[in-house]
Amino acid sequence: MINKLDKMLGFHQKALNLRAVRQELLASNIANADTPGFKARDFGFSKAMQNALSTSRIRSGLTTSSPRHISPSNFRSITSMPAQYRVPQQPSIDGNTVDMDTERVQFVDNSIKYDAGLTFISGQIRALLSAIREGNH
Amino acid sequence: MSLFSVFNISGSAMAAQSQRLNIVASNLANADSATGSTGEAYRARQVVFRTLDVSADHAKGVKVAGVIHDPSPMKITYNPKHPMADEKGYVTMPNVNVVDEMVNMMSASRSYQNSVDMMNTTKTLLHKTLSIGQ
Repeated sequence: MINKLDKMLGFHQKALNLRAVRQELLASNIANADTPGFKARDFGFSKAMQNALSTSRIRSGLTTSSPRHISPSNFRSITSMPAQYRVPQQPSIDGNTVDMDTERVQFVDNSIKYDAGLTFISGQIRALLSAIREGNH
Repeated sequence: MSLFSVFNISGSAMAAQSQRLNIVASNLANADSATGSTGEAYRARQVVFRTLDVSADHAKGVKVAGVIHDPSPMKITYNPKHPMADEKGYVTMPNVNVVDEMVNMMSASRSYQNSVDMMNTTKTLLHKTLSIGQ
């Protein structure tokens, strides 16, 4: 039963986690808009999502001989997808590649999609509660 | 929880930008200071930003690596009546470029606004996250 609940909410949970990581990365780009030599970074969401979904299924064959060893499943976190450097459209002479328009657009886009993920997860929880209460409120 | 570190990132950016604004204010206020505690004319200051590790992830904040003295040449004006004038009548005035400083000020205040905006967006998202399932 718990397994099923986990499966039901798991997809959106992973999506929200990735969105939060991306939000942090975009915030770092915007914060460093005036830092000389800073290179803007981002990751492709769909690829990262595929990566996150596949890591939970594939179990690595590493064995641990002590409880203090880091287990491979813990080691490969949701952020194991490496961030990539953004291709600058108008790089500045100090080596900074932050394009404020792009970053702001991506930031707003990401926050709206995070919001959408929250709406989905709330809807699922509401549907589950409705089933538990047999449709009565 | 990575959304919380957005606060650290934009907080560090706000601190750095406000220090930049502070330096701009100092430069503009002293644009005509022919002498100071050292007995020399005021030299313009500039901040240098660098990235700062705030979390274990790739995301970086900003910090002020240092305040440098502007190496551009001082302004020499001819004013024999000035008490600081040398024997030929020239006065060394600060090398503050007022136009540059105004542009610097606008850039700093826009960047500061951006950081505030980021913080507000993230705060809204966190509030919504807290109310999941209600």
